[in-house]
Amino acid sequence: MGLAQNGATREVAAGAPPGKGKEARGGPMLSGEDLLRLYLAMVLVRVLDQRMMTLQRQGRVGFYGACTGQEAACLGSAYALRENDWIFPSLREGGAMLLRGFPLLPYVCQVLGNSGDPTKGRQMPSHQSARSVRQVSWSSCIGTQLPQAVGAAWAARRQGDELVALAYLGDGATSSGDFHAAMNFAGVLRAPVVFLCQNNHWSISLPTSRQTASESIAIKAVAYGFPGAKVDGNDVEAVYAATAEAVARARAGGGPTLIEAETYRIGAHSSSDDPTRYRDPAEVEAWMAKDPIDRLRHRLEGLGLWEAGREAALQAELQAQVAAAIEQAEALPKVAPETLFDDVYAEEPWNLSEQRRELTRGLAARRRPSEPSKAV
Amino acid sequence: MPVLTLVQAINDALRVAMRSDGRVVVLGEDVGKFGGVFRATAGLYEEFGPERVVDTPLSEGGIIGAAIGMAMYGLRPVAEIQFSDFIYPGFDQIVNELAKLRYRSAGQYAAPVVVRTPFGGGIKGGLYHSQSPEALFVHTPGLKVVAPSTPSDAKGMLLSALKGEDPIIFFEPKRIYRAARGEVPEGDFQVPLGKARTVREGRHLTVIAYGASVEEASQAADQAASEGIECELIDLRTLWPLDIDCVVESAKKTGRVVVVHEAPRTCGLGAEISALIQERCFVHLEAPVRRVTGWDTPFPYALEQEYLPGAARILRGVEETAWFVA
Ligand SMILES: Cc1ncc(C[n+]2csc(CCOP(=O)(O)OP(=O)(O)O)c2C)c(N)n1
Ligand SMILES: [Mg+2]
Repeated sequence: MGLAQNGATREVAAGAPPGKGKEARGGPMLSGEDLLRLYLAMVLVRVLDQRMMTLQRQGRVGFYGACTGQEAACLGSAYALRENDWIFPSLREGGAMLLRGFPLLPYVCQVLGNSGDPTKGRQMPSHQSARSVRQVSWSSCIGTQLPQAVGAAWAARRQGDELVALAYLGDGATSSGDFHAAMNFAGVLRAPVVFLCQNNHWSISLPTSRQTASESIAIKAVAYGFPGAKVDGNDVEAVYAATAEAVARARAGGGPTLIEAETYRIGAHSSSDDPTRYRDPAEVEAWMAKDPIDRLRHRLEGLGLWEAGREAALQAELQAQVAAAIEQAEALPKVAPETLFDDVYAEEPWNLSEQRRELTRGLAARRRPSEPSKAV
Repeated sequence: MPVLTLVQAINDALRVAMRSDGRVVVLGEDVGKFGGVFRATAGLYEEFGPERVVDTPLSEGGIIGAAIGMAMYGLRPVAEIQFSDFIYPGFDQIVNELAKLRYRSAGQYAAPVVVRTPFGGGIKGGLYHSQSPEALFVHTPGLKVVAPSTPSDAKGMLLSALKGEDPIIFFEPKRIYRAARGEVPEGDFQVPLGKARTVREGRHLTVIAYGASVEEASQAADQAASEGIECELIDLRTLWPLDIDCVVESAKKTGRVVVVHEAPRTCGLGAEISALIQERCFVHLEAPVRRVTGWDTPFPYALEQEYLPGAARILRGVEETAWFVA
């Protein structure tokens, strides 16, 4: 049941049998071991998000944006990649880095923005990236990563590298001009790129119906001349199957795919948001009943790969891991003020050297206490 | 007079304008039912409905472009760009279209759009929720650019903007959206654009600031006063066309000028102000015009206090300029 050619879209039902893509871990069928690995990663991301939100409320973290409810869409898709494939993330895909082997400690340091953060405290929390796991740096600007992913994928092809770029976006991002540019370029260039739209039904306060009058997001691919697929984004196997198939096609020279993973943002848009102002709690509850982690656990139990009795121990173990990372991270010093001027250019021009001296002199002369301020 | 915060004053101005002029419409991301991420449009959707308070799809180019069309056709759109950091997808529409429409049609078409957008740092917003891009727009002929620092100016200038015929980029200092409180006249009232405000008079040195920097400069001026330096503090309010008479008069009086802004130094508004002063006041100057600004780097997250030109750095600039001898 390959994706329909000529751009027709189709649904991948929950728990659908895997397609015939020939890529990734022997094909789009996940083994029990794969499912277990994904389960642990999904629970870790959930635990981490909860802890970080708590730290944010305690004033120990400036801001946070969680993935809660979207773990299957995020991790199931990232799992379909090879090690050298690139991810162009949006706001909620930091967890993919952990899945691909990025350590917890620097991850937590990024959230704290301290000296242990490999990105030197430059970005707000939830703007994780690391070259070591091919997770590209994301700005905060919705949609900008999409044409970049097309360019990188196309460059890889030109260089003869067999790699695929996986570009994440939200439903809101489909309204951006860059979305159009990216889809169009991808179609024309037949770039080895996969767009994974996490349709979580909301863009801050706006429901998807305020973003598009189209019957789906997946169907937009038709107009750009490549396949689109809509999957149940809370079914990790369906997400994986669709992505693995798209990735395999891209790798084989078959061009791009747009996947719409239908899921739900269970929490607030970010720590600065109060969703009770604009959405019905009943809607949230209905989606909580379709929680992707619960679903995977039931699936594992059905397969005899998990028992309810192990849950408490897993929770305790992951909580302890996260707590240890937080403790270690919080013991690290702040980023050094002089680093403010690093990395603006490859070669520092005179104005920055001058300003670095000005800052250092000023700091020595007078220290202003840095008051904790409100996040965005 | 009621005491309002700056963001409440903006909200009040929008309500007053919408009540008195049916052509005024508000559009932007999350401005409707939600009332805006900073609550600047709170309650407007309930009072004026979805035809006048329009939640748009996530596209700044779309927001500005649509606002231009609405204004050409006779409406008075107020477009909200959620953070001025996200104005760039709409930059083409602003710089190539909005700013040039009157000129290229020899006055046959015009689009008096007001673009409201929060700017500035100090809220732990990192690179993309902190920028101060005002100079880009001041550099663009055809646009007026304003940045109030008090609640009553915010209201009065927004109401003036909505009565004018030119497109306006209306920068709102988000760090003090709630911290700035003050008496605000009720109902319709206007603060003229193009007029600076002398916050305090002084004879030794002039400090020129705008937006959230005014409060920082004011603190620095208090401190300087205790050291015997009497600062004249000018709140520019309108960045372009700026109040050249006020600036020149004060610069001639004190002969020493410090310009403050959060935006990076190079080609920032301070550079233009400094050039204007040296062109007009050369023989009156006792010291080089000094810029106390954000550094020439992107806006950092963890080190934002080190980046911002706060009171301590302004004071240092004031002292060095006050004691400068050629
Ligand atoms: C160009 C741009 N405009 C506005 C914003 C402010 N903003 C941040 S997230 C967001 C909504 C994004 O919705 P969606 O793409 O569905 O992603 P989600 O938050 O649901 O993951 C908005 C409007 C932004 N970051 N960038
Ligand atoms: Mg969304």
